[in-house]
Order: sequence, then C-alpha cells, then structure tokens
Amino acid sequence: MTKPRVAIFDLACCEGCQLQIVNMEDDLLNLLTVIDPVEWREAMSDQSTVYDVAIIEGSITRQADEIKVMEIRQRATYVIALGACATMGGVNKLKNNFAIHDVKKTVYGDSANMPHLDTFTVKALKEVIEVDFEVHGCPIEAGELVHVVKCLLSGQAPQEVTHPVCVECKMRENCCRFEYDEICLGPLTRAGCDARCPSNGFWCFGCRGFLPDANFTAARELMAEHGKSLEDLESKLALFGSK
Amino acid sequence: MSKTLDIKVNHVTRVEGHGNIRVRAKDGTIEKLEWQVPEAPRFFEAMVRGRKYEDIQTIVSRICGICSVTHSLAAIKAIERAMDIPVTDQTDRLRILAHYGEQLESHILHVGYLVAPDLLGQKSVVPVASSHPEVVQTVIALHRLGNLMMEVLTGRKTHPVRLVPGGFSMLPSAKELRMLKQELQDSVPKLTALAEVIASLAGGIPNFTRETEYVALVNEPSYPFYHGQIGSTDASELASVQDFESVVNEYVISQSTAKWAKWHRESYMVGSLARFNLNAEYLAPLAKQTAAMLGLEKGCYNPYMNSVVQVVESVQVVERSIELIDEILTVGLRVERPDVKVRAGVGAAAVEAPRGILFHRYEFDDKGECVSANMSIPTNQNHGNIQKDFEALVPSIIDRPQDEIRQVMEMLVRAYDPCISCSTHYLDVEFV
Repeated sequence: MTKPRVAIFDLACCEGCQLQIVNMEDDLLNLLTVIDPVEWREAMSDQSTVYDVAIIEGSITRQADEIKVMEIRQRATYVIALGACATMGGVNKLKNNFAIHDVKKTVYGDSANMPHLDTFTVKALKEVIEVDFEVHGCPIEAGELVHVVKCLLSGQAPQEVTHPVCVECKMRENCCRFEYDEICLGPLTRAGCDARCPSNGFWCFGCRGFLPDANFTAARELMAEHGKSLEDLESKLALFGSK
Repeated sequence: MSKTLDIKVNHVTRVEGHGNIRVRAKDGTIEKLEWQVPEAPRFFEAMVRGRKYEDIQTIVSRICGICSVTHSLAAIKAIERAMDIPVTDQTDRLRILAHYGEQLESHILHVGYLVAPDLLGQKSVVPVASSHPEVVQTVIALHRLGNLMMEVLTGRKTHPVRLVPGGFSMLPSAKELRMLKQELQDSVPKLTALAEVIASLAGGIPNFTRETEYVALVNEPSYPFYHGQIGSTDASELASVQDFESVVNEYVISQSTAKWAKWHRESYMVGSLARFNLNAEYLAPLAKQTAAMLGLEKGCYNPYMNSVVQVVESVQVVERSIELIDEILTVGLRVERPDVKVRAGVGAAAVEAPRGILFHRYEFDDKGECVSANMSIPTNQNHGNIQKDFEALVPSIIDRPQDEIRQVMEMLVRAYDPCISCSTHYLDVEFV
C-alpha cells in the first residue's frame, strides 16, 4: 500500500484514545512518515472527504451519528474502531440501563424536551456499520494501534488476543485481586494491556471487552469460592457495556 | 457600511470536542452571532446512579481524557466528604503531584500542539515539526514529562488507576520519585526556552480586552489547584464549595447541549487567566519571573492571554512539584491502606482542571450506592463568556476580511482551551 490517507473522527467519547496517539510523541512523528493524515479535527485544521483509512473513536448516541458513520464507511476502504466506546459502547452504555426520558430529565430538568438535547440508545460502531479492525481498551494501548497500522501497510491480518487478563497478570507475578476480597474481571476480559490495572493495585473492570469464549462458569465458581454474589459481579460487568 | 458576512464554522478544529461558530451580518448589521455547542451529550449524572462508590472515579474519569486525573480527584474528594473518609498528608501530596502532572501535560498540549500553529501561521503541528523542529522537540519533551508524572503516580497517562477514595491503590517508590525530581529539574531550561518562544510570538496574539468576572479556587497564601474555596473577582468573600450550585447557576440554552453558567453578572470566566487574576501574588519565584517576562500582570482582561498564563502555570507546577517530592522524601514514604467505612451521605468537591474550576457532588445510600450526582464542568462555565466575548469582539473587527474574522474567532475559542467532551462534547464555526 502506498502512503495511506488517514482520517480520524470522534463521536460521543472523552477523546482519551486520540490523546494516546498524541502521547506517542516522537513515535507519532515517525508514524507520520508512513501515513498521510488528511483529517483530524482535534489536532489539525485540514478537512477531507477522501481517505483510505478511517479511525473512529466514540459511541453512536444520535441519529446524526449513524448517518455520519455510514458516510465514512462508504468513503473508507478500512474502518478502525478506536477504543472501548467504539468497540463496545464503553461507559456510555451505562445510559442504556435507564429510560431515555429519565436520563434527559435527570441532566437537563425542565428543559429536557428541547429538540437539540435528543439522544437515543448507545450503540457500538459495529452495531451500525462493518468494522475492519478493533483497537480495544479505555484508553487504548498505543502499541496496539501501531500494530494494526503496520499490518494494514504490510497486508497482514492483525493478531487477535485469545487469552484473558489473568494470563498477563500471573506473568507479572501479581497477587490475585480476589485475595484482597475484591471482584476482578480479569478472568473474563481480553488481555493485551499487560494487566495494567491489577498491576497498579486495582481490579480489572473489563474495559477491553470479554473474550468471545470467556469462561463464565469458572468466573461464577471463583465468585462463589470468595463469597461474592452474582449481583456484585453484575454491578462490575455493567461498567463498560460488556455484560 | 455595506459589510456582509456569512461565517459558518462547523466543529472548530484543534480543540477538544465539538463547537460551532455562526456569524451572519448584512449591510454592516450583525444579525446572528452565536457560539454553539452541538456535542453529543453523554448523561454521566444519570449514568452513575446505582453504581458503587468504589466505581465512581473509574466512570467519571471517562468524562474527559485530557482532565481525567482532575475528574477522578473531584469525585474522590466528594466521596471522602460524603462518607467522612480520612486522608493523610502523604496522600494529599501525592495527589497534588499527579494533578500537577496533568496540568503540565494539558497546558503543553494546548500551547504547543493546538495554539502555536496559529501563532506560526500553520494549520497544525505537523508542518511546524518541519519549520520549527527545535520548538516541537521542546514541546514533546515537556509533554512527555507531564505524562510521566501521571504514569508514575497513577499508573497510566490517561484515566488514572491508582487514585481511589481514601488514598492510593499503590504507591510510587522513592526511586521513582527521585527519578521524577531529576526529570523536573532538567525540564526547567526547556520551560524557559518555551516561554521565550511564546514571548517572541506574542505579537500574533490579538489585542482584545473585555473585563469579566473571574472565578477560581482561592486558598491563601498559595496558588491552588486542589485545595481551597471559591473566589471571585466580583466578591470580597469566598463561597463554600459545598454550595457550588449557588455559584454556577447553570441554565439550558437552545444553542448548546452543554449548560451555561452565571454568577454575579451575565457570564464569568474560569481557567488559567482566572486563577492568575485571583492568585498571581502567590506564584513561585520562577513562575513569577516568567509572568513578568511575558508581560503579564494581575488584572489582565485579554482572554487570548489564557494560553500565555498556561506557560506560567507550567513553570509553577514544575517548581512546586520539585518541592513536593522533597517534602515527601524527607518525611519518607509510608505504606498506607485506604480507611473506608461505607455510609450514607452527601458531599461536594472542587478541583481546578487545567481549563478551570470543576465541581462534583454525589449522594450515597447506606450501601454506598450512588443516589444522585451533579457536576459543573469548567468549559460549561466558560461558554456564556465566550458568547459575550464574541459580542464585544466581532463589531470591533467587522471591517476585516471574512476569513480573518473567522480565524480571530476560532483563536478566541481555542484560547479558552475548551474541553467540550467534558462540557458535553463539540466545536464548529459557521458564519450563516
């Protein structure tokens, strides 16, 4: 592939995943020698409707967003979903636990019915358009994005992670969070973060989504073994829209 | 005057989030002049209901990638207030150090990557990397240092892991803190170099002044980001953080999905310029010197100078961070576990985000589940002031070419360092 034209877009999100691209610092300058950024509102004034690769951060929360991503899909050869909001809805999906009129009233009070405040059920990108590659996490690990870009440039399929966070956690020789009487989603969650949260003394809250073949039976047994209820588990599962 | 303008900037670039500028003038008469915020609202105050106290900072950190430490700290302080959770001096110091890291990272990102291209006549930092490589290398080094501070203190550059109610889930080592101190000391000449570059480009900063009300944390005798009560240039008394709703007076307006705010007058400003106008006398020595070099004095009413004050504050946080690390290492790091007894309660907290004062309030039931939440975001508090600045600015420049007017308006929005994801999330300029 010749220098691909790359456009970066964002929907409902915190833009923290785009920030991880900026945080690559010198490596970003290197990356810019092999790709041609044509639109990136957060960092550039340039805009374009012609691009090969579209990177999209954020979830879909409005009709206008659906139309926008469908347009992007038509224009781009490849679409990359960037981060948990795009890959699975992320924390935004907590909203789906409530009725729309209730969340609007809670935030905007008597003004809730003004038309510009309209919102609907939160969707991940793949619920609306076909996604070619997913970069998981909240925020993403920049190395994984670089891996996907490298694969794109060299025409190879990116490696899929097939093991849970627990594998990486054990390799870092951490004490299991369940031993601290906490609920950790490591057994169910897709690895690739080098067990970042448990390695910083905190439970895994599942920001990278569950493995397609996550072993829920074992997780339930682990919960029972440590005297935790299913209700406790569900409360944690709800956080990143991954339940 | 027969001037006709039609400016429509949809999603102003080089800002965090989405905002639009709309200007329409016919025969020299301004018919429409609006700062609009169409960002998709995300409803965090509704979403956190029913969630456990221990998960709140993890959720609300995601309001904003660029202020994630600030949002986490505001939530944690409010939770600690609601449940009367004790916090040690060590925790205080380490949190402030992490928070200084975020100020540095965010300010350098804003000044170096988002504002500098305007002053150098470029559309982004990409061409600046070729035209002024030494400036970009300085910016990168300082930006990396801010990130390094957050990584060492909180376990990640964005969305902190270790900040929890009652303290830290894990502490940095003394060795890491000594390494940070060395990096901070080494960064001082780079900061001075950056300040000199900004001083040399200051001629490109629009000369526009409009006095307004400035609101920030005040905690004499210090230049606070984390402690204090609510100060205003329009009030002689401080307002209590616990009553922040009576300060922000939020209201909904049809041109914005973000709420607006007003206190003593029709709008007020928060952020670096507000902090400087309230607390400048308490800057550390080198920061004070930098302010003087940049021609800044307390009582500065040019909103474009907000970005320049960010350079001064970058020096401030580096100076104070070096002192803080010395204090922590002199006392010696102690292993401490958070001491939390879950109970029902309500509490509010204020912390200065890089772009201005941030308020959170939560109410919890006796199981520690969140019953209600309220947050007032700095960019929301600034939206009304941006509109009022526009109303004063545009008539004074209406004879200039349309494209120049658009540029000056975009630069004004950028100067506020808006974080529209926070305030809900978007920036466009439309001259309709």
